[in-house]
Amino acid sequence: MDTYSAMREFADSWGLLAMFLFFIGANAYVFLRPYARNIADNAASIPFKED
Amino acid sequence: MTKISHVGLLAVATFGALVLAGLSPDPLFRLHFGLITAVLLLGTVVAMRFATVAPKAKPVAKTRDGDVEYMDEVIRYGTIATLLWGIAGFLIGVIVAAQLTWPALFNFEPFFTFGRMRPLHTSAVIFAFGGNALLATSFYCVQRTSRARLFGGDLAWFVFWGYQLFIVMAATGYLLGITQGKEYAEPEWYVDLWLTVVWVAYLVVFLGTILMRREPHIYVANWFYLAMIITIAMLHLVNNAAIPISFLATKSVPVWAGVQDALTQWWYGHNAVGFFLTAGFLGMMYYFVPKQAERPVYSYRLSIAHFWSLIFLYIWAGPHHLHYTALPDWAQTLGMVFSIMLWMPSWGGMINGLMTLNGAWDKVRTDPIIRMFVIALAFYGMSTFEGPMMSIKAVNSLSHYTDWTIGHVHSGALGWVGMVSFASLYYMVPKLWGRPRLYSLRMINWHFWLATVGIVIYAAALWVSGITQGLMWREYDAQGYLVYSFVESVAVLHPYYIARTIAGLLYLAGAIIMLVNVVQTIRGKERQEVPMGSPVLAAA
Repeated sequence: MDTYSAMREFADSWGLLAMFLFFIGANAYVFLRPYARNIADNAASIPFKED
Repeated sequence: MTKISHVGLLAVATFGALVLAGLSPDPLFRLHFGLITAVLLLGTVVAMRFATVAPKAKPVAKTRDGDVEYMDEVIRYGTIATLLWGIAGFLIGVIVAAQLTWPALFNFEPFFTFGRMRPLHTSAVIFAFGGNALLATSFYCVQRTSRARLFGGDLAWFVFWGYQLFIVMAATGYLLGITQGKEYAEPEWYVDLWLTVVWVAYLVVFLGTILMRREPHIYVANWFYLAMIITIAMLHLVNNAAIPISFLATKSVPVWAGVQDALTQWWYGHNAVGFFLTAGFLGMMYYFVPKQAERPVYSYRLSIAHFWSLIFLYIWAGPHHLHYTALPDWAQTLGMVFSIMLWMPSWGGMINGLMTLNGAWDKVRTDPIIRMFVIALAFYGMSTFEGPMMSIKAVNSLSHYTDWTIGHVHSGALGWVGMVSFASLYYMVPKLWGRPRLYSLRMINWHFWLATVGIVIYAAALWVSGITQGLMWREYDAQGYLVYSFVESVAVLHPYYIARTIAGLLYLAGAIIMLVNVVQTIRGKERQEVPMGSPVLAAA
């Protein structure tokens, strides 16, 4: 198989799946991890620690 | 204060540019490098004037911990550069608008023709105004949210001055007629190489500061700024892959050909919008809106979802610029579908920014900086609704190649990018120069209204002219002949082009008021005026 076809097949299958799972995972992690709300509230207050 | 070593480096660079100019057989290359030599020589003389061999004075600590001193001088320079380049870019915009309206009157052969002035305008507002705004605000934000000084010492100065040199090289090149003809990437190979060096240095400074941070979490604004820096580096390298015909000539040949080249260009072009003009300025929004409103962002978790969705979707949207072309149909549809999906994260971000004002909405009445942020977010929401709509093939068949596209770009550029930059600069200026407040709040209000009215006239005029063009171009009679000749579709646009020129003048006037306000603030003046929100009649 030539390079184009091989890369195209990868992009259409496992590559696409991996990116989709990373995207879902990143969002799930932000919302569902333990103490997600507290962590987010602390992070949101970072700009106010300095003038 | 510059160091002797800086003067030496500048002198060597000046000599190098002179040697290249002397060796080249290409007259344009000689002329361009002659100009670059003159600019570098001026820089060397100025640097020599300020050079010192005295030992560095002990820095005064600024933070609560007492051991981090922020590197703010380069941000002060960046703020002033943003303002001056902005006014230059807006002025050139008004001139090109006048050239389109009265082509015979404003025809300045050969250096200032529309074909050369138009890329000068786009690059001046995007890269000179927008780029300097991003440099200044990203350096401001990353130090304060990382509680660390900029990494790399004087490297930040190299980034600033190197970027200004890039702007000067690009701008003079356009006027001389040196271009590789790629939208928003007109500079030729040697200017591209220089920008690559500067951009890598920017990445080192920014990423280094994040790595040296004393705050465990990387604040979301820095994620957006960093995504902007990394993606622009990737886009710039791939889009500008070209082989110069000689190392002493201006001309280069692109590596990509035909439709691949077209797709690469619009992959670059749309992501210049998505990452330079959106992600970077969202970084600005996520830091400066909470700071000015004095309340944390509405939902931090939404901001993370906003980030990942924007990153994952924007990169695929470019093909919508090539509807009904030689590009394979599936790629056109892919571009359209991803553009429509982008609507969601864009409006998520807009809602997140606006809702940050929840409980502080009264500030819209009394604080013109908040007012500017609100209008910026409103235009962000409007243009990110309009864009996906225009990417739909059926709509695009009417809108493409018409003034509607230019109107759309300007509602995003003037409304979102311009307004969020102005507001952030207004926030930073008193803090950077240690002033208790800005010279005048009422002048911000004037700036706000001049700019807003300008944008509204601009967008409305170009909606009408764009749809007029689109309808006239596709009007067939019963025999299947076109009803209108092209020149008829040009002549009918004249009144809208007059309106567009006036709109540009209003926007420019607002920016000049800002310059006066900022200069007076830097000089430490405070204007005595009726406070915002109090009834004017009662004061009289």
